[in-house]
Amino acid sequence: MKFAEKSCAITGLGVSQIGRNLQRTAMSLGLDAAIAAISDAGLQTRDIDGVSTYPGQDFHGPPGYSPLSAWDMKNALDLSLTWYCGSAEMPGQFGAIINACAAIALGLCRHVLVFRALTESTSAIACNRPGSAVGTGASRIAGHFSGLVPYRAYSAANWVAWYAQRHFHEFGTTREQLAEIALNGRRNAALNPRAIFRQPLSMDQYLGARMISTPLCLYDCDGPTDAAVAVVISAREALPDVETRPVFLEAVGCATSSLYSWEHVSDLTRQHPFDAARMMWARTELKPEDIDIAQLYDGFSILAVQWLEALGFCELGEGGSYIEGGRRIALDGELPLNTAGGQLSEGRLHGFGLLVEACCQLRNQAGNRQVTPTPKSAVVTSAGGPFGSCLLLRSE
Amino acid sequence: MTINHLAAEPPRTLPLIDDENRIFWTGGADGQLRVRRCGQCHNYIHPPKPRCPKCLSAQVTDVVVSGRGTIESFTVNHHSWLPGLHVPYVIALVSLNEQRDIRLASNIVCCEPEAVSIGAAVYVVFEQQEEVFLPMFRLE
Repeated sequence: MKFAEKSCAITGLGVSQIGRNLQRTAMSLGLDAAIAAISDAGLQTRDIDGVSTYPGQDFHGPPGYSPLSAWDMKNALDLSLTWYCGSAEMPGQFGAIINACAAIALGLCRHVLVFRALTESTSAIACNRPGSAVGTGASRIAGHFSGLVPYRAYSAANWVAWYAQRHFHEFGTTREQLAEIALNGRRNAALNPRAIFRQPLSMDQYLGARMISTPLCLYDCDGPTDAAVAVVISAREALPDVETRPVFLEAVGCATSSLYSWEHVSDLTRQHPFDAARMMWARTELKPEDIDIAQLYDGFSILAVQWLEALGFCELGEGGSYIEGGRRIALDGELPLNTAGGQLSEGRLHGFGLLVEACCQLRNQAGNRQVTPTPKSAVVTSAGGPFGSCLLLRSE
Repeated sequence: MTINHLAAEPPRTLPLIDDENRIFWTGGADGQLRVRRCGQCHNYIHPPKPRCPKCLSAQVTDVVVSGRGTIESFTVNHHSWLPGLHVPYVIALVSLNEQRDIRLASNIVCCEPEAVSIGAAVYVVFEQQEEVFLPMFRLE
């Protein structure tokens, strides 16, 4: 069977300024990232014939969650397109990547600009909301959050806290274990000039931090961020157009069998990432032991632990002991994890920061935090809970 | 004088009522919890849908259930997501005794947060806001 993602490669990387309360428009950040990505690939805007984004515009998420549409980007760069898509109804933020691969495999386009732009920090401050909350301004709420918000479960921090509490209950996972995701990210962020949080973080600081939603404390939750990230995905046959070293898509995973619902996920400790991971491994001959680095979605620390389990780096329930002490996931460990700091320290870039870092590592361009020897394969994931997707990348 | 603890809390954002969910959200007026159920395969369905997702039957009705359940997970929210929010409070996932995969997000009320644990038995109580009767739960 031919798996069409193997006919695609990531050829351009672009990241805007990343920060808190930048007071910049989404378009300004988005253009910085897009132009950088196109330039990195050695392409011109006239070469871009596809645009893909998550979640498009006006998704009813927190303020600043969905400020920029595919149409906006098309107009701002005066693009002539043969395909585009911007949507929130997809298997996690990397649905936008997988859509781009599908469009390339179908022959709809050759070079797709994929972007994610956020102004959650500036927007939250502008409307006096200390965090990313949904449904706080409306008098009534419909749809997927309507069973949550009436109970003042305003934030994904609350919903993911249920999964963490259940993980603690069933498997004996501890706060000290969970802390390693945050501490590891912070150590790596010190080597990443783009990261928002670069000052050292100790276990004592973590354990003494204020609770957000038990058992998740401040350092278990990423924060509202202003930034944009863009990548260019190109067809293999179009690689002669580009000037960078391509990173190849080896496999994608986007399956789901669990109900789409934060409260009705079929199994509170397994959820959607297990479906996505199983699909990804079925599309490659590589195995977990062949993977050199992992960039796992850590919008909340527990999600990274659950991805480790879903991807088979350890068994279900053993994620806590797998990361205990932090050696195994360190830059010089057996599975370097979130090498640019992850979302917890680099900033909430909704998986796209993790994707760019995986590509930088595979291209041997990660500066002081470069893993040695240069990794040849990476797994990258987005989201968690009721939706998510994963990518297997290789430099060949 | 500091009276923040007495200040009115911002109102709850209520669910938008439609023809599918009206009985679930308003049916608690008589103190009974009502959940949709398939008349053909007897599967409980939540949130309410016009057909059973398992057997596709349209013979669905909203039936009175015991209102008793089990805490599958919970969290104590400490963060003030909007100005004036009274914290901490407990948000739980409660499975219904009639069918374990029917879970309601809800608040556990009338107890200290420290008293809440996974596996605890709970029973429904209702808080009325306008025409909505929000199912909440108390420890048995």
